[in-house]
Amino acid sequence: MSLEVLAVDDSRTMRDMLNLALSSAGFTTHLAEDGVHGLEVLSNIEPDVIITDINMPRMDGFGFMDAVRSEEKWGKIPILVLTTESADELKAKARAAGATGWIVKPFDPAKLVKALQMVTG
Amino acid sequence: MSDPMAEIRASFFIECEELLESLQDGLTLMEDGNSESETINIVFRAVHSIKGGAGAFGLDDLVHFAHRFETAMDEVRTGRLAPDADAIRLFFTCGDVLADLVRAARDDTPLPESKTEPVLAQLDALVGAQDEPEEEDFDFTPATLSLDLAGGDLAMPNLPDIPGLPPLDLSQDDADPTLSKTDAASGLKGFTILFKPDASLYASGNEPLYLLRALRDMGDIEVSCNTDKLPNIAELDPELGHLEWTIKIATDEPMEAVREVFEFVDGLCVLEISPNSGGSNESLDGEFETASALPTCAPLTTADALEKEVKPLPAETALPDIMPAPSNVEKQDPSEVSPEPVEQQKPTPPTDKATETTKTAPTQPRATVRVDLERVDRLVNLVGELVINQAMLSQSVTEAGLPPNSPVSTGLEEFLQLTRDIQESVMMIRAQPIKSLFQRMGRIVRESSASVKKEVKLHTIGENTEVDKTVIERLADPLTHMIRNAVDHGLESPEKREAAGKPREGRVTMSAQHRSGRILIEVADDGAGINRKRVREIAIEKNLIPEDMLLSDNDIDNLLFMPGFSTASEISNLSGRGVGMDVVKSSIQSLGGRITISSVEGKGTTFSISLPLTLAVLDGMVVKVGDETLVVPLNAILETLTLTDDDLKSLGPDTHVVQIRGGFVPLLDLGAELGYRPPQGKYVGGTVLLIGQEDGNRAALAVDTIEDQRQVVIKGLEGSYGRVPGIAAATILGDGQIALILDPSDLVSQASGKTKQRNASVPLVG
Repeated sequence: MSLEVLAVDDSRTMRDMLNLALSSAGFTTHLAEDGVHGLEVLSNIEPDVIITDINMPRMDGFGFMDAVRSEEKWGKIPILVLTTESADELKAKARAAGATGWIVKPFDPAKLVKALQMVTG
Repeated sequence: MSDPMAEIRASFFIECEELLESLQDGLTLMEDGNSESETINIVFRAVHSIKGGAGAFGLDDLVHFAHRFETAMDEVRTGRLAPDADAIRLFFTCGDVLADLVRAARDDTPLPESKTEPVLAQLDALVGAQDEPEEEDFDFTPATLSLDLAGGDLAMPNLPDIPGLPPLDLSQDDADPTLSKTDAASGLKGFTILFKPDASLYASGNEPLYLLRALRDMGDIEVSCNTDKLPNIAELDPELGHLEWTIKIATDEPMEAVREVFEFVDGLCVLEISPNSGGSNESLDGEFETASALPTCAPLTTADALEKEVKPLPAETALPDIMPAPSNVEKQDPSEVSPEPVEQQKPTPPTDKATETTKTAPTQPRATVRVDLERVDRLVNLVGELVINQAMLSQSVTEAGLPPNSPVSTGLEEFLQLTRDIQESVMMIRAQPIKSLFQRMGRIVRESSASVKKEVKLHTIGENTEVDKTVIERLADPLTHMIRNAVDHGLESPEKREAAGKPREGRVTMSAQHRSGRILIEVADDGAGINRKRVREIAIEKNLIPEDMLLSDNDIDNLLFMPGFSTASEISNLSGRGVGMDVVKSSIQSLGGRITISSVEGKGTTFSISLPLTLAVLDGMVVKVGDETLVVPLNAILETLTLTDDDLKSLGPDTHVVQIRGGFVPLLDLGAELGYRPPQGKYVGGTVLLIGQEDGNRAALAVDTIEDQRQVVIKGLEGSYGRVPGIAAATILGDGQIALILDPSDLVSQASGKTKQRNASVPLVG
């Protein structure tokens, strides 16, 4: 199964790592630098799952998820939030914005892949 | 390709430097009173990203510190902590320590705790002690993803064996064989799970089917679906969850592992997990019936939503015995069967709204490539050679006597333009904003002012001025020294400042700008200015000058650049490190630059450094003086003129001045100044170049003829001849001839000014 993944993170290092982990797992990976860029990329692809950071310039993860969920065609794409925070409050907020699940940084590539398979079947 | 992780690691440290830069920017803005949330967020995000990356590479010291810093910034961000001047000062210090930690991690040279602990203690004092909260952040590993949880009896040590589990057909289990160890013989360990999704579970993008699959991966499962709540099709709201499942799982995994499968849907469903008990067999069977009743729902499957909710189970090949209904459902076109709104997601053109969002994007993220500096340098050198080559070609074409409109000439013209464009583009590759350097100086100011107990604020102007990377690197040391000097010697103590009616806080201003093709960098303080009396005394004490020497203010100021000079009566631990301003001066000169001082007593001192824009190629005017061909940097030439009788005025027995638009500038005879010949004495009708200098002073250089204007490649002389006064470098002209490149400012400052033969005595005119 080759998943198509959109990963949105403002940190280049994190994008590199996501790219490496996802590509090594055989997934097709698209990268974006922030929410605005993520929406741009999203309008050209149909990913099976989205991974997004929360704290980003221009448009943060919450805004990005809101925007994604407000589009009907994107409404059910699973979204995993990538965050260093695991506070319940944050999860609640992420969920309210439409997150499907979350991954706490630093992530173990194998676990990331498992999480992706988890939400995509 | 080398180890990709090592590459990412290297790239992480580069990113850290960028983040540290934005951190400084953000703090500087905050310091200037900008309290917008985005400003605070910039700082927060920088620290946060460093922490995130550091965590990925297991850089614990960095993570630990960044976390504490981040926590403090979070307090500010959420408005619980007001960032007053003290707090911001502490944040600056934190930024410095963070930078140290980043570099320590990069170079693998751990930073002693003594560097971080005091700062952490101050952070604690500011926001209240933190009980190692990062534990909370980092111990969380989504166990849904954990494959390596020890399969043990942790959960139910007393679980009785359950002999015989007929419904579990292990032979059909396609799961990992290691997961199949739970068989009838070892007895059933496991759980019964009641799972009732809310509508919100579907809305969040979660999918019960996948949860069931994840459970299957943990052990053998039996699933039954309760369709009792399924309403009449007329009342069916596909957005709502109508189904519930009971799952029996046989697994060695502990209950936490099972619970963690449901981590993402926690709160979005009713979930009850209980260890299997001995009597489970019976209930299993019972539920089976419920499950097998499902096919009776089949007629309803025309309702998309229902199909969706029913389908998950059938689709599972691992559960054929449990769910006999499936196959027909499963074979349906996925797009028809498929769930709820998702199915509409086939390529529909982006709606207006999405397009709008796209349009709001202010900038397209810039794509970048990292290139080894050596490669760029090689390119720069090659372009240099190209310029020489092109000059030689032009020369040959001219000598061949081809008409200017010949195809060769016009082609050459284009070639020239292209060469120039290439050269500019290549230089742009190496140019960087000087900002990074200025930020490093910010730290020097903070540290040095703290160590001498002065209050100092650094102002920077023109930090986006682009300067050749090599120049930036080589400026770091001299600038550091100058900044320390400004703080240590230039500025007075707060008490003295107050007594003098100045604000307690001293001010050091660093500026960078392009001026007439060069870069002008100034370091200014608003201190007491140079104490010239004291400087003179010291110079005499140290035998640098004879006691009776007559010196102008400017001469005295320049004594600071003499080797072995130090004004601090006691060498402070800051600037008095055996490195004097003489070293600063020679490093600036080695960059083809000049440094000058201006000082006003009571008002402060300004050091100005002027540097060439590039170190490789120069636009020059080729002139003849006597038998020599010289190149004068074009950027130094304000204009060229032919002298008339009215322009030329005699001044004193040896010198002339030239009147230009109401002002007078000294006339210098280039041939005489360079010792090629004695002063000519007569200049009317001759050609002069009006030279402008950084300090605004001008001079007129008399030359014999102007030959040409062209780009020349700078070839250093200093390696072979040391520094030659008045000469910056040499170049190779198109005809292969070597010409010296003039350093007009140096020449002017060292000039004798003699423009007349000794015997010619002319009275002062006009």
